[in-house]
This record gives sequence, C-alpha cells and structure tokens, in this order.
Amino acid sequence: MATPNKETLLDWYRQMYLIRQFETKCDELYRQKKITGVYLHLYSGHEAVGVGALATLGPTDHVITAYRDHGIALARGVDAKPIMAEMMGKKTGTSGGKGGSMHLASREHNFWGGYAIVGGHLPLAAGIALESRYNGKQDVVISFIGDGATNNGYFHEALNMSAIWDLPVIWIIENNLVGMGTRIEDSSGQVELHKRAVGYGIKDLERVDGQDVMAVYERVAEGVAHARTKGPVLIEAMTYRYKGHGVSDRSYDKRLEDELREWVQNRDPLKIHERYLLDKYKNITTEIKKIEREMDAVVEESVEFALTSPDPTYADLINNVYVE
Amino acid sequence: MSVKMLPMREALRAALREEMLRDERVFVMGEEVGVWQGTHRVTRGLLDEFGAKRVRDTPISEMAIAGVAVGAAMAGLRPVAEMMTINFAFLAIDAIINHAAKIHYMFDGMFRVPLVIRAASGWGDQATATHSHTAEPIFAHFPGLYVACPATPADGKGMLKTAIRNDNPVLFTESIGLYSKPGPVPDDEDFVLPVGKADIKREGRHCTIVTYARGLEWSLHAADELAKEGIECEVVDMRWLRPLDMATVFESFKKTNHCVVVEESLPFYSFGSEIAAQIQEHMFDYMDAPVKRVTAMDVPLPYARDIELMALPDTSKVVSAVKEVLHV
Ligand SMILES: Cc1ncc(C[n+]2csc(CCOP(=O)(O)OP(=O)(O)O)c2C)c(N)n1
Repeated sequence: MATPNKETLLDWYRQMYLIRQFETKCDELYRQKKITGVYLHLYSGHEAVGVGALATLGPTDHVITAYRDHGIALARGVDAKPIMAEMMGKKTGTSGGKGGSMHLASREHNFWGGYAIVGGHLPLAAGIALESRYNGKQDVVISFIGDGATNNGYFHEALNMSAIWDLPVIWIIENNLVGMGTRIEDSSGQVELHKRAVGYGIKDLERVDGQDVMAVYERVAEGVAHARTKGPVLIEAMTYRYKGHGVSDRSYDKRLEDELREWVQNRDPLKIHERYLLDKYKNITTEIKKIEREMDAVVEESVEFALTSPDPTYADLINNVYVE
Repeated sequence: MSVKMLPMREALRAALREEMLRDERVFVMGEEVGVWQGTHRVTRGLLDEFGAKRVRDTPISEMAIAGVAVGAAMAGLRPVAEMMTINFAFLAIDAIINHAAKIHYMFDGMFRVPLVIRAASGWGDQATATHSHTAEPIFAHFPGLYVACPATPADGKGMLKTAIRNDNPVLFTESIGLYSKPGPVPDDEDFVLPVGKADIKREGRHCTIVTYARGLEWSLHAADELAKEGIECEVVDMRWLRPLDMATVFESFKKTNHCVVVEESLPFYSFGSEIAAQIQEHMFDYMDAPVKRVTAMDVPLPYARDIELMALPDTSKVVSAVKEVLHV
C-alpha cells in the first residue's frame, strides 16, 4: 500500500473539516427551526472513521450506513447542496425531500443510503455484495454499523450469511461507546465487539483508533484487499459522539461532560490529523487555512441553496410509491 | 399454445424455471429450496438444473433472506426469495415493510426493488396456532408492496411470471391447501397475467361472491349448490390484494345488488372489511342488503380437529351467508 501523498492527506483534512462545519451548521439551523422534525444525528467526532474508510474505495465500490449518514454522504463526494436541501425537506434534496436526514443516498456515487431502522441495512449490504459476486465483479461494500446495532438480529443474520457466501463486505463497527443512552457495558456481553467475527468465521481485523484517519485508512485498506478476493472482514473503530444521540437530546452529554471534554481536547480527529500535517510538512498552515475558508463557503452555499429551493408538492407526495 | 393439467406446485415451478431460463438475473433463495428440493416441492429439480449460484440454500435467517434479497434487487438482480411459510415472514416483516416496500418512495425513485417473496400461506391439517396464518392482508395494508394470491394453477403460473418480471416488490402467497390441486395450465413461456386484475370465475345475477385464493373453491362449490335452488352467484376472484380491482367488484355489484365476501383469513381489519367498506362508500345506491363476510373465526387456531374445522370457513358457511343476504 502506497503512503498517501500530501495532496491526499490535505484532502482528508478538507473532508473532515467540511463534515465538522456542515454538522455544526445543521445543529445551528435546527435550533433556528430551519431544519425541523425530531431526527438529526450528527457525525461530529466520527469524521476520521468515514473519511479514512471511504478513502480506500474506488468509484464502483459501494457504501451503506445507518441514519448517522451526513458525514458518510459528504465523504463519498455527494454535493453538500442536495444534502442540505434534504435536511430541510426540499424538492432539490437527495431524496426529493421525502427521505429526510436519515435517508440520504446517491445512486451515482454507489452510496446506497442511510437507513433508520437499527440494523436494517446490514442485510442490504450483503445483498449488494451478492450482486458483485454473482456477476463476477471485484467491487466491495463498506457497511458501517453502530455499536448498539450489533445487538439486534440483523447483525447476526447478515454477518453469518456474508460469511457462508464469502461476500465482499467490510463490516465497520463505529464504536462510540453508546447507543442512545445505553453504554456498551450494559448492552454487550462481549464489549470488544470485533471479537464477534470469530463466531461467524469472518476475518477479525480488530480494533483501530477511529480518531486517527491514517490508522483507519490503513486498516480498512487491508480489509478491502481481503474482501475483494476472499470474503468479509470485521473492523471495530473506536470513536466518540460529540453532539448527543441526536439534536433533540443532549442530556447524555451533560451527564458525561468529563468524558466528552477528554475526547474533544485530546482525541479530536481534526486536531490529530492537523498536527500530523504540521509535523510532516513545513509551511502548510496557509494551505490549511485556505481549505478551511473554501469549505466554510461550501457550507454557506449549501444553506443558501436549500433555503431558496422549492418545497415538494402534492404530485411528489403521490409519486414513486410504485415503479409505473 | 397447448394446455397441460398440472397441480399448483408444478405450475409455480414451471413459472420459476421459465423465468430463470429467460433471465440470468433471476435466482431463488430460501430455507431448504435446494438440496431438500423445497419444503413444498415447488423448487424441486431447480438446483440440479441451475446450480448453487442460482438456487441458494440459506440459513434459518428470515430477516436476512428478505433483507439480502432487497439489497440484491436494488443492485440489479431479480431475487425470488422463499419464506418457508408466511408464519415465519413475521420475523422478516421489517425488511419487507420498512425496506422492500419503502425504498422506492423514500429515496424518491432513486432505487428499484424488483423482488418477489414467495410464502406458503393458510391453515390445514391441525398445524395449530403459530403455523396456520393466512396473513397476506397484513402485508396488503402497506403501500409500496404488491400482494398476489392465486387460486388456480394457471393463475399461479401467469401471476408468478408477472411478479418476477415486474419492477416492484411483490409478496406472492401460495395457499397450502391448493398446492396439490390440479388445473389446466398454458405452457406458453410468455403467458403472463396483468398486475391487479380480478377474474370472474363464474357469472351470475343474484349475488356477488368476492373471494381470493382458497376461498374460490368454497365459493364455486357454494355457487353450484345454490344454482340447484335457482340462485345464481357471480364469483369474483380478486387474485391480487394489492392493487385491489374494485372496478370489477362494483360492476358485478351493480348487477346483483348483494355481496358476500369469502376469505380464509381472520375477520378483524380484513380483506372482507375493505371490500365491505368500499362497497358502502361507492355503491350505496345499489345496496339491497348489508355485505356479509365469511371468514375464519376470531380465535387462534386450536389443534383438535373438530374445533379447528369449526373455526374455519367452508362451503356450507358460504351457502348460508348467500341465503342470508338474499333473505331466502
Ligand atoms: C429496530 C430499531 N430499534 C430501535 C430504534 C431506536 N434507536 C435509534 S438509534 C438507536 C441507538 C443505536 O445506537 P448505535 O447502533 O450504537 O448507533 P449510534 O447512534 O451510536 O451511531 C436506537 C435504539 C430504531 N431506530 N430501530
């Protein structure tokens, strides 16, 4: 595996910064009631997992995730404008305003969506991978999984089926230590979730520091290489959720203030990567600042686009129930 | 085009086989569909003919059978997933309702889910409370899914081929009580029947009997008996619970002004409830009597044979219901 060059390393920083700003803006817009509803699950804190993992894929590979999907969509290269429009339920949104923040997708990016039923997308991932094998393709599927989601039946059935059929899936658990308010010690008998791989005969690629984009990239690249020709792998990326489960509940953050502060100050993925860049390259600060200003503008444009976009109409309400 | 006498299971198998020959993307998956030759023998011989790539035995994993099939369908294959019986589809109801039925709409047309889920449905032979569901009306509740319920081998073949070729997800139920019943089946490879079209299986002018799947048999027998007394029933086989062909029912009702609904399933929030509601909404001026429903009784099905049969619809219950609405 070639070490990523300066351009790539800067691009990872760009993506992580974009995600952080996008999510911070979503939070603000929710408070201003410009984004409405009850669900908005921010990716802040997880950036290095999504960006590092997706950096290993080619355009014909596939990605699928749960409802914490904004950052995944951005990391896959989906334009911020239709993503923001979907947040606001606009006709110009990725799903025409009919899916909402939990159901972003983009066919042209082989990003098969966010899914709001915990665990529900795991068999879909296996099915997409089945198509790849069935048609003799080399394409792989990255499927993200919440730590909480490892406890419902979908996890068991989908991972087992991926194993018996040698499906090309990189199963990545984003272990942020909690599902809503339940800590993994209270939800999983085996808290080292990657060990479950053994039970299914899946390659166990163990824990990786999910705050270090380089570490994530390297581990997932190993997984992709295995999955392409052999079969599924399981990786557990250790990460942290900065903004509560969703925007409508922040009580957890208050309860665990000290833990949150520790992660934000000492294990922040953007800071870790920025420090890496500064150590490695002299005089890179101006480039970083330039990228940040550009991404700030991207977020602002997405808000402007969404705010000025039309709402869906009655015709949209009733269309696409069936393929006509 | 010639016609052969085939039992339902063989008519269904012919449909699967023809569609697998016609389209490489079509494959079968489910519990015991391959080596075991199918729990109901519908898939018998397919593993030998098509191999394990296209006839895929799965673990006992209903959520994944349905969910993997959804993903494969989204990605461009045309899976025909088998639920051993509809009772076990309850474990997969999330994948079927929340994903198969919703994905096209939720992503505003971005994805298609050309998927067929076949499930044996209905009671018989003291299968008891957990194994006797005729649950297709539950699935028909949800927009985004088609629900096909054939009553004759010819319909079984034509409707299954239609379901496989259609770009929407279809729940396709097969009445356990009908698998061995023979009927004439066209052997034409392009014999397909339109989605959502009912079929008048017998014409008559006094009372409309609206039914589907196994209810057709009791309805036709009842119509034969009633004809001996000069009562002419029109028997409408709905064939699809979704889309529901109410136009055909209304046309018949305008002529007969009386209606009995016959179904194998339960009475609460049911097929019969839907038909009766729509008739009173749209046909009030033509109504000479309330719509009467013949259904299974509102109890879990017991094991003991005598009381099991007591709980279930049959020909004599249909005869009585028709006489009741006609006041004879
Ligand atoms: C089947 C199902 N059960 C419960 C819920 C409610 N719910 C939504 S998110 C969530 C917690 C999931 O936690 P985890 O998988 O760790 O993901 P995270 O939110 O940490 O990213 C729960 C219980 C749901 N959406 N679906």
